[in-house]
Amino acid sequence: MSYRFAVTSILRDINRSHLYNYQILRNYSKVPTKPVETLESTNIPKTNLDQNTIALLERLSLVKFDTNQGKKVLEDSIDFASKILHIDTTEVEPLYTVLENENLKLRNDVITQGNCQVDILKNAVLKDDDYFVAPPGNIPLHEVEEKENAEIDKNESRN
Amino acid sequence: MNKLSSYTIKEIHRAYNDKFLTPTNFIDQCIERAKKTSGFNAFITLTEDLARQQSVVSEKRFKSNSKIHRLDGISVGIKDNFCTKGISTTCASNMLKNFVPTYNATIYSKLLDAGACVMGKTNLDEFAMGSGTVDSMYGPSKNPWCLDKNWRIAGGSSGGSAVAVSSGACVVAIGSDTGGSTRNPAALCGIVGFKPTYGVVSRYGLIPLVNSMDVPGILARKVEDIAATLNCIAGPDHLDSTTIQQTFSPVCIRSDFDLAKIRIGIPKEYHCKGMNEEVLETWQFVIDLLERECIISTVSLPHTSVSIAVYSILNQCEVASNMSRYDGLEYGHRADTDYSTEELYASTRCEGFNNVVRSRIFAGNYFLLRQNYEKFFLKALKLRRLISDDFRYVFNGVNRVDLLLTPTTLSDAPLYNDFVSKANRDQCALQDYCTQPANMAGIPAISIPIKLSKNKLPLSLQLMGPALSEELLLNVAKKIEDFVNFPTLNIS
Repeated sequence: MSYRFAVTSILRDINRSHLYNYQILRNYSKVPTKPVETLESTNIPKTNLDQNTIALLERLSLVKFDTNQGKKVLEDSIDFASKILHIDTTEVEPLYTVLENENLKLRNDVITQGNCQVDILKNAVLKDDDYFVAPPGNIPLHEVEEKENAEIDKNESRN
Repeated sequence: MNKLSSYTIKEIHRAYNDKFLTPTNFIDQCIERAKKTSGFNAFITLTEDLARQQSVVSEKRFKSNSKIHRLDGISVGIKDNFCTKGISTTCASNMLKNFVPTYNATIYSKLLDAGACVMGKTNLDEFAMGSGTVDSMYGPSKNPWCLDKNWRIAGGSSGGSAVAVSSGACVVAIGSDTGGSTRNPAALCGIVGFKPTYGVVSRYGLIPLVNSMDVPGILARKVEDIAATLNCIAGPDHLDSTTIQQTFSPVCIRSDFDLAKIRIGIPKEYHCKGMNEEVLETWQFVIDLLERECIISTVSLPHTSVSIAVYSILNQCEVASNMSRYDGLEYGHRADTDYSTEELYASTRCEGFNNVVRSRIFAGNYFLLRQNYEKFFLKALKLRRLISDDFRYVFNGVNRVDLLLTPTTLSDAPLYNDFVSKANRDQCALQDYCTQPANMAGIPAISIPIKLSKNKLPLSLQLMGPALSEELLLNVAKKIEDFVNFPTLNIS
């Protein structure tokens, strides 16, 4: 069975290619013999983020870069992502969702849930009667503030 | 038990009906197995009492000859990123260590309705960000196929679910799949892992990673158990507006399924740099098997090689947005500081997230900066269309094929020490190469174990089909499963 099959597939190949190169036939395989050439660009300049961008990202993310390692990982991620920027996408529409051609249903604007105050408060670490508790707002992040102040001081002393 | 742990749902039900086995007895054995194999670290929370209670209820139904539910007396594990009312749901993160949901994920409610016995919540990479189940605050899961001191990873991020099934503690486990997180650990642990079409199974109550790609996944030892579970959990859900509205028609695995007219494509771009020789041989092995039965042709999905980089951009952007909900006020970890709201947020998030999560938030916010939005984010969305169009073309264009056959991973299970010597992004770039394109296009895909490598570790292949081709996909997968007769793991 497998012998017969091998012969037919070889014959099919001969018919298709009109080639009688037995070396090729012996290596006949549906699995590509060589790894695919990547479309990714290999020529990406190394990203080096400045202190301002880092501070901005910390403020936006509300997370601190604790070490230099964090900065390096971010720069690597940017380099990795930059490998695809050269590919032509003129007149290609962004694909936001794979269900773009489906009719998705919206719920009617009626109340279906309620009386769940106890449930909702259950997982809060701190609460006061029926309220969540937050410290004072509108105070910018400590570290960022200090860093910025330091920058301003430096600039002023230079002037 | 060793014999029992190779039984399918149908066989277990037959044993229940024949009174050769009872649900309480079987669930006791599963619990015992879970405890004996706790060294593999499959479970974050074992819900022993719950499983026992449910098995008692199932047993009553069998005894009274009342209507048997489809998963009655079947042990099921749930990845710990699905909300389960009253049962801690941690995402393997310090951030949610103290979180006890007050509602159920739809998929969990449906499993309960189907009579499943819930064994517990399974381990994962923190917030499902990883491909090894090595980045969990509860420690890594170990691959049960290797008992050496120099042990191997289970794959991820649904590694706990894969280990729970392959070690025999659960018949079925639920995972989630954003870039391969169900198929990858299934492949490395020698079981079947299935990612349905986006929108077929509700995401309500699945703690989101990448909303536009996340789907609940199913892990089981046999394809027919995947089908049986899918039939219980699929269908539109008014609580998830991204479920496909048409009623789900249950898939049927037919023993007389005819492969003769099935056209299977071999996408040449799935042989990438770094792919192991044994994986290529396994791929060729199954092609040779199938070529006797159906029509095989080489096809091209030209944008495959950039998919992983595009995926990394979209993943990190959605992560940055999704993770902004964790501020310590309403639920989850709260830092001990009260100077200002912003400081509380920042400290909470620093203490709550591991460095993988934090670095993805930074990268996502960088790509979303006003000056980068078009350059990175919109570009990635446009490339996502090209990647998805590649699939549309092979499934609908001239010389179209019905399904695609590719490897699932680039090698068998890596050694833990080798794996963790790489950064998380490099781990994923290698591990997710073959799996994430299906998430980009929202199409169904299944990983099937084929044979053992020289290291006596599972090697698996992946089948992908067009959207909503679940029935065809599972039937062909079943055929392959029957051809290769992959061994069940025997742990003594």
